[in-house]
Amino acid sequence: MVSIDVRGACVDFPIFDAKTRSLKKALLGTMGRAGGKIGIDAKVPIIEALRNITLSLRHGDRVGLVGHNGAGKSTLLRLLSGIYEPTRGSSRIVGKVAPVFDLGVGMDPEISGYENIIIRGLFLGMTRKQMEARTEEIAEFSELGDYLSMPLRTYSTGMRVRLALGVVTSIDPEILLLDEGIGAVDTAFLEKARDRLTALVERSGILVFASHSDEFLVELCTSALWLDHGEIREEGALRTVLSHYKGKDPFTNRVQEAAR
Amino acid sequence: MQDTAAASEITEAQELPSRSWSRAVGDLTAGWRQRPLWGHLGWQDIKQGYRRSVIGPFWITISLAVQAIGMGILYAALFGQELHDFLPYLAVGLIIWQFMAACINDGAEVFIRNEGLIKHLPAPLSVHIFRLVWRQLLFFGHNVLVWVALMLIFPPQAPRAFGWSSLLAFPALALIVLNGVWVAVLIGIVATRYRDVPPVSASIVTLMFFMTPIVWDYEQLRSTPGTVGERARLAELNPFLHYVEILRRPMIGESFELRHWVVTLAITVVGWAVALLVLRNYRARVSYWV
Repeated sequence: MVSIDVRGACVDFPIFDAKTRSLKKALLGTMGRAGGKIGIDAKVPIIEALRNITLSLRHGDRVGLVGHNGAGKSTLLRLLSGIYEPTRGSSRIVGKVAPVFDLGVGMDPEISGYENIIIRGLFLGMTRKQMEARTEEIAEFSELGDYLSMPLRTYSTGMRVRLALGVVTSIDPEILLLDEGIGAVDTAFLEKARDRLTALVERSGILVFASHSDEFLVELCTSALWLDHGEIREEGALRTVLSHYKGKDPFTNRVQEAAR
Repeated sequence: MQDTAAASEITEAQELPSRSWSRAVGDLTAGWRQRPLWGHLGWQDIKQGYRRSVIGPFWITISLAVQAIGMGILYAALFGQELHDFLPYLAVGLIIWQFMAACINDGAEVFIRNEGLIKHLPAPLSVHIFRLVWRQLLFFGHNVLVWVALMLIFPPQAPRAFGWSSLLAFPALALIVLNGVWVAVLIGIVATRYRDVPPVSASIVTLMFFMTPIVWDYEQLRSTPGTVGERARLAELNPFLHYVEILRRPMIGESFELRHWVVTLAITVVGWAVALLVLRNYRARVSYWV
């Protein structure tokens, strides 16, 4: 059974500047203290990216993450994926996690599209065989045709996104973590991607989706989490949280549009 | 279905506190289970460097051969050695050294270089370590062809001879690889925190190349009477000597020496203990530090 349980989790980033990060300073710092000099404050400044996060997600949860830039949305997604383990508090994640943060990571420009499909899939926890079985489908979806045997560096940005989206939407995750940043594709393709994205979300047990787009959020999520300065400001039904966050009901526009 | 089970097993462990032995060992075993991933990436790393070149990765073999022959002819003359004996000695020493030096030098940057992957895809840290050591083992495999060729051209002559003890080359290689893993774990984590470590370790490795009997024959100098012989004996304090010797001796048909094995096994145990301790305490910090 897939589940995410986070209790009182904090994520503090130490900020090492060029000086504190060096061994020299660590060594000299100790010597300074031993000599009874007024030592440089050895404590490294920290940024509290997330504070006291408590949340519990179960199968079927579709959570939208909203908040201003720097509110901690991406950090929270990384906490939920297990990339960051909380500095204080605890997190327990049960299930196969598929994080989709940056479509470019894990892609190698020098190797062919086919090989990239395999590698990207392996990174997302699939086996070689599973990915080989899916290449056909990905090739068809991405409409790249013979380009798939060409090195990735010959691709345009849009073609790369198509390939990456094709791979990402072909996997079967239990926990799907999506960070916004899917752009540079033509509208016709986006419609096609949206169907696959929706299908992917339906296949996955838990979805956490960070986005600024009301439209996407309304389509994919049922509940929402509003992050503000690294803390949970509000948690609840999508409509309620979104209206508080935006200061207006995002559904009214849609209803009006539909009525038109 | 089987993979899903394995994956949940990995995440299941996360309820334990970050700093625990089982999480440290769990990182290594989970990384080991992802063999297809790092196995593929390791190969890719090798192929990448030689993409679009006609003979591809065999440039590795050729460049080592050129280096060994060039240095062999020069140093054999300088030390008054016979090329027939000296060339295999030097070539094997270089092959082993390349592996060890790369585990240290690449190990220092193993997490720093993979920052993008570490921050975007959750994977055990050891995946990056295994990828690195596997890549170096593949380099080793290419380089060993030089040894094969040399053995055909210059077969061992008395007192050197191949025998049953030559089979010790296999456990010796395994032991060196095992050490490569802990070295990369340890220096990788420390260097991610303290960014001065990579240049410092690189210069130490360069220095150690000259301090280790690779281009000079330790046995020959040791038997020289007077101060030279005494100085040469100090080389025994250099741990690299013992690592080179456990593998080089069987590969060129020299006799078995117990002390090299004792020293390397002792370092292996201590090194792994330290690396596991560092992995236990700072494993979860690496993604914050990169």
